[in-house]
Amino acid sequence: MRFTKDHEWVEVDGDVATVGITAYAAEQLGDVVFVETPDVGKTVKAGDGFAVVESVKAASDVYAPISGEVVEANAALGDAPETVNAAPEAAGWFAKLKLANPGELDALMDRAAYEAYLQTL
Amino acid sequence: MSQAAEAPLKTTPLHAAHIARGGRMVPFAGYELPVQYPEGVLREHLWTREHAGLFDVSHMGQGRLRGVAPLAAFEQVAPGDFIGLKPGRQKYSVLLNRQGGIIDDLMASRPDDNGLFVVVNGACKENDFKVIDAELAGQVTIERYEDRALVALQGPEAAAVLGELVPAVAGMVFMDIRRVEGLGTDLIVSRSGYTGEDGYEISVPGADAVRVWDAILADPRVKPIGLGARDSLRLEAGLPLYGHDLDETVSPVEADLTFAINKNRREQRDFPGAARIVKELAEGPSRVRVALKVLEGAPAREGAEIADADGNVIGVVTSGGYSPCLKGGIALGFAPPAHAMVGGRLNVIVRGKAQAAEVVKAPFVPHRYVRKL
Repeated sequence: MRFTKDHEWVEVDGDVATVGITAYAAEQLGDVVFVETPDVGKTVKAGDGFAVVESVKAASDVYAPISGEVVEANAALGDAPETVNAAPEAAGWFAKLKLANPGELDALMDRAAYEAYLQTL
Repeated sequence: MSQAAEAPLKTTPLHAAHIARGGRMVPFAGYELPVQYPEGVLREHLWTREHAGLFDVSHMGQGRLRGVAPLAAFEQVAPGDFIGLKPGRQKYSVLLNRQGGIIDDLMASRPDDNGLFVVVNGACKENDFKVIDAELAGQVTIERYEDRALVALQGPEAAAVLGELVPAVAGMVFMDIRRVEGLGTDLIVSRSGYTGEDGYEISVPGADAVRVWDAILADPRVKPIGLGARDSLRLEAGLPLYGHDLDETVSPVEADLTFAINKNRREQRDFPGAARIVKELAEGPSRVRVALKVLEGAPAREGAEIADADGNVIGVVTSGGYSPCLKGGIALGFAPPAHAMVGGRLNVIVRGKAQAAEVVKAPFVPHRYVRKL
């Protein structure tokens, strides 16, 4: 699993990357009450807002950690957005992207680097 | 709710108590206050609806107006019948500008026979007291209660809790207010609040605030509640929030607050902006506050456009969010009266998408005020 400074995670399997928000992000947001996942077939660039996560208080953009085409969105979040709090780095995933440029992964942090980054916040 | 970063934030007498209980502190109305405690906004909200929640609202402005005839004087800046306000009673009102716009909304009361006690919004308080002082110069003097904290105990179990701690509140009903001795100090207690629930607002000397806060929280029926749930609770109760649903351009008629303009005052037409307000009462305003239940999709938040079935933008959401009790989006906004009929269908535009919404009668969650014992 690799991480961004905006607290998204990516897990790559072959040429498909599963994307979600980190446990830290989920904790900061508080109770997630609504998730807007991207449409399948949409092409996103790294850094684009590609999903929205809403707590009772506010709506926050989720940025695509890498570029690619959306091949699947987590439909289960429609009825159970609280999964993002319960299992942010597993069942609470947002979407799967077909990697456009695997080289982008090199720019992301590994777990140790992300943990170190969290200590600076 | 964002604040300018330059001014140093003030703290309330309960600041350390919030941190001790894990409050997540944020800037609000010039103060550092807890937006939530570790349980989070959703659980805090539901706890308040089912049991009792304790809120620190010490950022609000408290003051006493004294003079030869402070009640009559206050009628020059607000449209309520204050001459008719009896000792022991409180009234909701609005401070009006000369165009009939709302400078702030407030509570005015008589905890005793000594002048008029007012509680105004924290973000507006400096200006409010300046306006009152200027408009009523020579008629009233204002004693600010800057050394007093204000806490709100809200929820269906609030009365049982406070009744045990402060026996002197026995017999009070909604909008009663009393100056009492309780918890070893001098309290001003009103049976009112900002959640739609039964409950009390308690003004307490700052030096005694932590002791009173801890004494109330020692009851297992009570949990501390942050600003996040305070906002979602007041939204479900359909209560407007100054700076969002109310501002200096909005009249009390537009804001659906005509109950705050007493009949005798309408006839006397002797309050600021009376010409506009009386005209709006007779002919109807051009826009009116509406309550919208979002029927699908994301919650509509402040700034979301309201459109009719043909896609014409007819209004705007002024506060909105997720309702923990209704488990969906609810919003307050403004629309022309022709589109404000209860049961009517409108759309709210969220991130470019039109989502169906229904005009409903506020409150979204029924008020549970105790008007009779």
